[in-house]
Amino acid sequence: MMQRLKPFDHLILILGALFLCMPVVMAFASSTHTAIDIHSNGLYVTPGSNGAETYTKVLTQRGGFTGEVTGLTMLMNSMILGVGFAVGKIVLSMMAAYALVYFRFRFATPIFWVIFTTLLLPLEVRIMPSYQVMSELKLLNTYQGLIVPLLASATGTFFFRQFFKSVPDELLEAARIDGAGPVKFFIDILVPLSRTMMAAIFIIMFIYGWNQYLWPMLMTTDESFFTLMRGIKTILQVWVGSQIPDYNEAFALAVLAMVPPLVVVLVFQRMFIKGLTESDK
Amino acid sequence: MARLRGFWEGSSRNPAKRVQFDRPLTPWLFVLPQLLIVAIFFYWPSVQAVTSSFYLEDPFGFGSTFVGMDNYTDAISSREYRRIAGFTAFFAVMVTALSLSIGLLLAVKADKVIRGASAYKTALIAVYAIAPPVSGLIGMMFFDMHMGPFTEMAAWFGYEMKVGINYNDTAFALILVAVWKQIPYNFIFFLSGLQSVPVSVREAALIDARSGWRRFKDIVLPLLAPTAFFLLIINITYSLFDTFAIIDVMVKDKPANNPMTLVYKVYLDGFKGNDIGGSSAQSVILMVVVAALTVAQFRFLERRVHYG
Repeated sequence: MMQRLKPFDHLILILGALFLCMPVVMAFASSTHTAIDIHSNGLYVTPGSNGAETYTKVLTQRGGFTGEVTGLTMLMNSMILGVGFAVGKIVLSMMAAYALVYFRFRFATPIFWVIFTTLLLPLEVRIMPSYQVMSELKLLNTYQGLIVPLLASATGTFFFRQFFKSVPDELLEAARIDGAGPVKFFIDILVPLSRTMMAAIFIIMFIYGWNQYLWPMLMTTDESFFTLMRGIKTILQVWVGSQIPDYNEAFALAVLAMVPPLVVVLVFQRMFIKGLTESDK
Repeated sequence: MARLRGFWEGSSRNPAKRVQFDRPLTPWLFVLPQLLIVAIFFYWPSVQAVTSSFYLEDPFGFGSTFVGMDNYTDAISSREYRRIAGFTAFFAVMVTALSLSIGLLLAVKADKVIRGASAYKTALIAVYAIAPPVSGLIGMMFFDMHMGPFTEMAAWFGYEMKVGINYNDTAFALILVAVWKQIPYNFIFFLSGLQSVPVSVREAALIDARSGWRRFKDIVLPLLAPTAFFLLIINITYSLFDTFAIIDVMVKDKPANNPMTLVYKVYLDGFKGNDIGGSSAQSVILMVVVAALTVAQFRFLERRVHYG
């Protein structure tokens, strides 16, 4: 039995949805108009006819807001960061969680704490020394430098640890009777069993990696490593002092930066919510 | 980030499995990659932050001198630091209160909907995917002084809004964008909290409490309390740290008389001001704050697990 729904409730929901979605719709619509139109008429709610031109320019032209890099390169770099981070996170944390759950070994408890202490401090508070470490290791302007330090937190490990603990013990008993060793058990039984979990975590981590801003900003000075988020920073720096800023190009860049994670969330909505509420990011 | 709710329940006290592998070397192979990365990219920089907070670095790179607690006392006694700390606290309270209450309101309404439920849900969740710098950019456009719709709206009321120049206007814009970005997260968690309330409890509530508000206050809210507390901590950490990009994009490189948060100041002092010691001391202060928040979260969960 459900409570009766009043029109007023719908009104609140519609207002909420408008408040959340209108800026996104308007960013997209405005990106298809010319900068001059936006400058004189304000933001648009309906698409215009200049879209193809703007997007071709943003995607393929060098120069403009950055010297050497095209939007396509930035799109690719964002993709490398998002996918690389998500895959790295899943591989590392599944392995570590496997060791912690399925083995009896002496230092399991201290190792557990060493790994889980990382949950205490986000990257933002140790950003300066992290940068120094990276430059000592000569990892500035590399993909490794972009991805690997972000992996130094225990979120995924914790999640897989919980999941492995919920896997019935009988599976391991049966596998051992069949003579399966730890590596075989992991690859042939545990990994296939975790497929749904891996997909859910992948979605969350892909969005997290794709949306990184501060770290790529510090790690990359070479434009060929710029991600879309880094491009946003650059386009704004060019703005200072220009007569009519390239509003349309900025919006096009924003749209490019938000479409992939948006599509992932909308298409895999159920799995995304599962990953989010069960792993808490 | 420290955002794991079940952490305490799953601490290492209870043995993981009845049967386990008994090999001395294999577990090390599995755990070593993660350990190495954590050691190099977490512990090394964290230790360095603490040590360099006790030193004064020569700006021209000629070594550094030990200055004890000076960097800390300098930071805390500086008027600017206190002003920024004040704004950070205000910002965190506003963002947390607004995005939690709006998220809760929408979740309660969406929970009741039958027809069109999934359309509402999709519309309310979508913004989660948008990166903070992108939301900052969109926000900047909405508050643009030439054509921003919000600036025009303010002009109808005879107010000239100057985001990026006027301190209060910028603060308002920052809060609005930060709230906008965070509502979907709270909505998702509140909704899943509401939907896990058993049907029998809902039905009993309908009979017992006829007014919607009483039902909400006496039955729904207590059931949501654990979710709400968890979200409270998450929202505070969000407004302290994850809003960095929003501030950086909207304030741009003109931080002069604009509001900013403590994390942004750590970055400014360290990278723009080259004051490594001072920046590290501020980092350590923030570390203590986050660690305290996280411990508070765990302790609360522990209590819930034991007595709840």
